[in-house]
Amino acid sequence: MKPSPPALSASRQTAFTRRWTSWAFAGVALLATAFGVAALILLLFVVMRDGIGGLSWDFLTSFPSRKPELAGAKAAIMGTLWVMSFTALFSIPIGVGAAIYLEEFAPKSWFTRLIEMNISTLAGVPSVVYGLLGLAVFVFGMNLGPSIIAAAATLTLLILPIIIVAAREGLRSVPYSMREAAMALGATRWQAVWHQVLPAGMPAVLTGVILAMGRAIGETAPLIAIGAFTSVFFTPTSPTDSFTVLPIQIFSWISRPLRGFQENASAGIVVLLIVLLLLNSVAVALRHVYARRRRW
Amino acid sequence: MTTVRMRPIMTRVAAKTGEPAQETAVDYAIEARSLRAYYGENLALKDVTLPMRRNYVTAIIGPSGCGKSTLVRCLNRMHELVPGARIEGKVLFGGADINAAGVDPVELRSRIGMVFQKPNPFPKSIYANVAFGLKINGHKGNMAEAVERSLRQAALWDEVKDRLNSPALSLSGGQQQRLCIARAIAIEPEVVLMDEPCSALDPIATMAIEDLIRRLKERYSIVIVTHNMQQAARVSDETAFLMVDQDRAGYLVEFDATERIFTNPSHEQTEAYITGRFS
Amino acid sequence: MGIVAVLLIEAIPFFGDVSVISFLTGTKWAPLFADKSFGALPLLSATALIAGMALAVAFPLGLLTAIYLSEYAPDVVRSTVKPALEVLAGIPTVVYGFFAISFISPNIVRPLFDSETIFTALAASLAMGIMLIPMVVSLSEDAMRSVPSALREGAYALGANRFQVSVRVVVPAALSGIVAAGLLALARAVGETMIVTIAAGGVPNLSANPLEAMQAMTAYIMEVAMGDTPRGTVEYRSIFAIGMLLFVFTLGLNLVARGFIAKFREVYE
Repeated sequence: MKPSPPALSASRQTAFTRRWTSWAFAGVALLATAFGVAALILLLFVVMRDGIGGLSWDFLTSFPSRKPELAGAKAAIMGTLWVMSFTALFSIPIGVGAAIYLEEFAPKSWFTRLIEMNISTLAGVPSVVYGLLGLAVFVFGMNLGPSIIAAAATLTLLILPIIIVAAREGLRSVPYSMREAAMALGATRWQAVWHQVLPAGMPAVLTGVILAMGRAIGETAPLIAIGAFTSVFFTPTSPTDSFTVLPIQIFSWISRPLRGFQENASAGIVVLLIVLLLLNSVAVALRHVYARRRRW
Repeated sequence: MTTVRMRPIMTRVAAKTGEPAQETAVDYAIEARSLRAYYGENLALKDVTLPMRRNYVTAIIGPSGCGKSTLVRCLNRMHELVPGARIEGKVLFGGADINAAGVDPVELRSRIGMVFQKPNPFPKSIYANVAFGLKINGHKGNMAEAVERSLRQAALWDEVKDRLNSPALSLSGGQQQRLCIARAIAIEPEVVLMDEPCSALDPIATMAIEDLIRRLKERYSIVIVTHNMQQAARVSDETAFLMVDQDRAGYLVEFDATERIFTNPSHEQTEAYITGRFS
Repeated sequence: MGIVAVLLIEAIPFFGDVSVISFLTGTKWAPLFADKSFGALPLLSATALIAGMALAVAFPLGLLTAIYLSEYAPDVVRSTVKPALEVLAGIPTVVYGFFAISFISPNIVRPLFDSETIFTALAASLAMGIMLIPMVVSLSEDAMRSVPSALREGAYALGANRFQVSVRVVVPAALSGIVAAGLLALARAVGETMIVTIAAGGVPNLSANPLEAMQAMTAYIMEVAMGDTPRGTVEYRSIFAIGMLLFVFTLGLNLVARGFIAKFREVYE
């Protein structure tokens, strides 16, 4: 038999061009994909290259210094821990509470819809604008100064929309029959939510919370906006102390021309990325557990 | 109607299928020969041999899951778009193997049109839907004329001639399906495959499509899959009856003139099916 | 809602000192000179130029990647590349800023364009473009994936090849979702702060030359915040006026994008 039968090889003139265009396009699209992936790998590589060398126990346990080889990230790491602890303390109860209210109790009224619209709008506001808000309300309005607590409150505003949206999705994935089952046993709506729905939806809620925390850890601009750009030579001891955090420390090292500081910045970035990687892994692991348990 | 008597073909010897098609006396538009279709490891269709004549309406009937849709999707190589799907055996189009090396499935599909179960117009204007196939196939000539001709052939022209630029999705379901037929015949294919074209339509729209099918066979060879036996009886010249075995693979039970299938089938299973003793 | 009120309360007194018209149309931004001048055009144009160029990098690349992932890529590739890009989208922007001045500027912009300074709008744009790619990919791939496969089949059955199916059927059908992806990426670019603060230099500069240093709106807010500006001064208020502008732009872009998404859902859901 002929490989290309006459009936089909009576091809239209355009067939060759068409096939060629199709292949060329596939090539271009693949190239674009490769470019994106390569650029991001390059970014990680460049950032890590100098950082790994600069990373040492001394770096983690020293305070910033005028001399790059002596400078360390201790104040920044402690500051990040303090700020994140308070951010978690504020944002988790408020965020999850708001999600439970909106998902389980809120009447379907124009007011609820207005709040929902607000939440999704807030998610698109640039973080530096949240910083301005924190500056006016917490730093000056409530007279907290550029303190840990003001920073945590600002970051809480920033990540609340993320937590609320994620937590609502988690709660929504719990089937309605579980609520009915609990209430048929004489549980109140609230008991049903507390004992059945919340535990069942917990992994998804937690995943959202962790991803939001990851976002907050890397935020620089809103904290600079509330006036946190200072060299700090002590570890904070109370929530009203002034502070610095890792990204700000990195930024301040980047802004110094001395080569050694660039290496410090790199090392700081490595620390930051490792923390983020850990958080992400926990989130992925949780999602996994969640997927396995979800057998309804 | 037809005087040609096709014996149940499943008994035909497989060794014969390698030979060229010219020796067949009648003019076949498209032929399946010992066709087996797989989804991954699962055999969906086994050893179907089915010659479909030019300018005939060939109906494919059978219970759900018997591989009717799979069969027609093998005829224009749409089957291979499903990941893991493959076939064995042959499909001859104008006597040539459509799966032979060097055959461009894209070109093949421009010569074998297809109409789907659910109307699937593109979310563009009525005009753009019909013109799409012409454009991608490099049509040179008067586009507006070609669109009008196709819409007239699909018996839709009078209903849409004043609003060719309105969105196709604004049409009713039956109109959308006729638009999809117009779209398919605009590129003047030799064969039109229809995969349960009326299953999503109401009875009146169904009647309109059936009328259309009877008129279209003057110009095109039509293969229609249907779960509706009355429809097969009303529109087709020849009918193939497929069944599904216990391994859930479809096979051809009987293929004959439609009249004979519905009045005096040779197989007990066919008779049981058409008289509604099982479904 | 509170945001609007706070920004307004702090920004309104600013417009007592500086008229709205001279704020929006003035070409000289010099808040720290003795002879103060608050014409926001240099900041606006810098933001527009940098965000526009970033989108010009990210949108075509992101869209092509999305088409590749949605229409061409085998499942294995899609299920590796997409989450990987999404993780990379979580990298803090200060890291992208570092990448811009430590790599893009000395190794790409300088050798290619022979720029005088290491701080250029172009370096900031390129880094920002890379940052935006995952966002464009993720949103537009989602849009393309939700185009019903019946439309693809319809086109294949008419003899369309994969390219024609992608470009003439899937992309037009997903167009409003894709436009929304572009708008959201643009909003993100307009509000992006650290990259422009680090890499674009801090000089208010009304220029269309991407090889010059310039100061974006967000970078100006950073500059004032890093200094010791007492509350109630006109400089302090000026950052709220700029913040107000930022808020209005990004909100507008988000609302329009949401309109496109709603339109998209209306057709397919």
